[in-house]
Amino acid sequence: MIEALLELWDVLSRNALRTLLTGLSVAWGVFMLVVLLGAGNGLENGANWEFRDDAQNSVWIGGGKTSIPFAGRSPGRTILFKNQDFAEVARKVPGIEHFTGRYWLWGEFSVSYGSKRSAFSILGVHPDHRFLEKTLMVRGRYLDDNDQAEKRKVCVIGSKVREILFGSRDPVGEYVNIRGLAYKVVGEFEDIGGENELRKIYVPLSTAQLVYNQPEIIHQLIFTVGDATVDESKVMAEEVRAIVAKNHGFSVDDRRAVRMGNNLEQYTRITGVFRWIRIFVWVVGVGTLLAGIVGIGNIMLISVAERTKEIGVRKALGATPASIIRMVLGEALVLTGVSGYAGLVAGVGVVELVAARFPQAPFFRQPSVSLDVAVSATLLLVAAGALAGFFPAYRAARVNPVVALRSD
Amino acid sequence: MIRIEGIQKHYGRGEAAVRVLRDVSLRVETGELVSIMGSSGSGKSTLLNILGILDDYDQGAYYLDDKLIRNLSEREAAHYRNRLIGFVFQSFNLLGFKTAEENVALPLYYQGVARRTRNKLAREYLERVGLGARAGHLPSELSGGEKQRVAVARALITKPKLLLADEPTGALDTATSYQLMDLLREINAQGMTVVVVTHEHDIAEMTSRTIRLKDGRVAEPELAPA
Repeated sequence: MIEALLELWDVLSRNALRTLLTGLSVAWGVFMLVVLLGAGNGLENGANWEFRDDAQNSVWIGGGKTSIPFAGRSPGRTILFKNQDFAEVARKVPGIEHFTGRYWLWGEFSVSYGSKRSAFSILGVHPDHRFLEKTLMVRGRYLDDNDQAEKRKVCVIGSKVREILFGSRDPVGEYVNIRGLAYKVVGEFEDIGGENELRKIYVPLSTAQLVYNQPEIIHQLIFTVGDATVDESKVMAEEVRAIVAKNHGFSVDDRRAVRMGNNLEQYTRITGVFRWIRIFVWVVGVGTLLAGIVGIGNIMLISVAERTKEIGVRKALGATPASIIRMVLGEALVLTGVSGYAGLVAGVGVVELVAARFPQAPFFRQPSVSLDVAVSATLLLVAAGALAGFFPAYRAARVNPVVALRSD
Repeated sequence: MIRIEGIQKHYGRGEAAVRVLRDVSLRVETGELVSIMGSSGSGKSTLLNILGILDDYDQGAYYLDDKLIRNLSEREAAHYRNRLIGFVFQSFNLLGFKTAEENVALPLYYQGVARRTRNKLAREYLERVGLGARAGHLPSELSGGEKQRVAVARALITKPKLLLADEPTGALDTATSYQLMDLLREINAQGMTVVVVTHEHDIAEMTSRTIRLKDGRVAEPELAPA
């Protein structure tokens, strides 16, 4: 084995420049493949990052202003959802997985605990809000149905709120003062959405409505659609629109009466784009690699033709056809293997460098090359080397020593 | 050492077939130094290829060291070439990117001998042909006579039964040719069977017996030496 490698080295180093140039083409192919894959990966991670905070299969709907006359009512009316809308949607629209309303208390509210005081955002929500917002409980519990039903004055607070009001103390069971009313803290949460999310306080929607004297109003409805397809989610959204249109007396064609957003649709569209980018990357990368392989095969053919006489001499001295095949195939394999590996290392290096340099770029995050990709690229290389060497080796093994030795 | 009985060989098929060897029988005993002479087209190259197991034949029988050499697979042929025969060619056929020492060692590579061992042995054989000082040189740095001596060393390193030289002096001037023939005679004197193919009379005369080929036959009937 070592003997054979030393013999290969002899042959390869004899044509150092040619070996280098040929190797470069394969190295470039692998390099491109790896960099493109890493870049595609980074784009995809970046897109996922933009969606990270909220459920990717959610649909939200908020009140707007009517823009076309309907049933004798003039346009320009403000649409505000009511508890009845929530109840009806929950009852009538099939396929809803998690469902919550939202009641905003506009602006920041002064909140105090003992002598500590600061301003935070307060949001009235249903218990399911936890799933829509991907809230992670770190202490205590989230709001539950009893809180909602009994309009309890309880709240869950973001970890930033806890830090400011309680320091490192456990806030669960303590009472905070929100605009003059005492709320019992039942839980503390984390949220990957960033610091803004952690400065929020959630209270039961029913409590918020009561305390702020708007017992029927809900500002926004949000639900997740479970495993529904994009088309199914659109149908569900339209069903919701139809229900509130009927309740509030506006046309379902009035696009401004309510504002709607379908995260699933957007998410699916973007992931669809990325599927195509991935395919594109593989096609371009493998194509570049293939060009390198063809180059190697070509050079090996030339090399075999050039060395016909040498091969004849080797045969006369006792080289078996198998040893000739090993020699040529080995040359191709070593050439593709070494240069391909160099390309792989360079490519991964560039990807890692970019990842380290630009960790927070918008829509481009953590470009990386997974182990499977590295492994499959390596396997591809070995196959490529074998492919590049096969025809030249076959030709070399068939060299007739009588003819080869006669050629001068 | 060599026993050839009624060998026939043709190239091509049908009407275009050329009968190169019509009916060749000859014997070479162990330790002989024999030359095969003939003009071009006499079939001597073909005969040499058959003797060297580089080519097969159609009819007859070829025994080398009492082994029937016939219809061998490429692998077996390579094995016998490696073990039984040492070649010396007109155009030296040294590998240009290998030093004299590496060239001489090459047949041992195909026997699986370790590099260090074979290079040491190669140096010994180069010493024997008087080129010990040139072991590290590339063929391009050697004269014609030196190249042919390297080739002789390479042919001998496997301790073959038979040394086959195809026009070994064809590319050398007269003085160098005679020196090479002296070397071959010396090797023969040490017991090696040597067959030299040549078209030069003075070279043939330096061998102990000459076999003449003409039109694919042995010109004077080959008789067992007395």
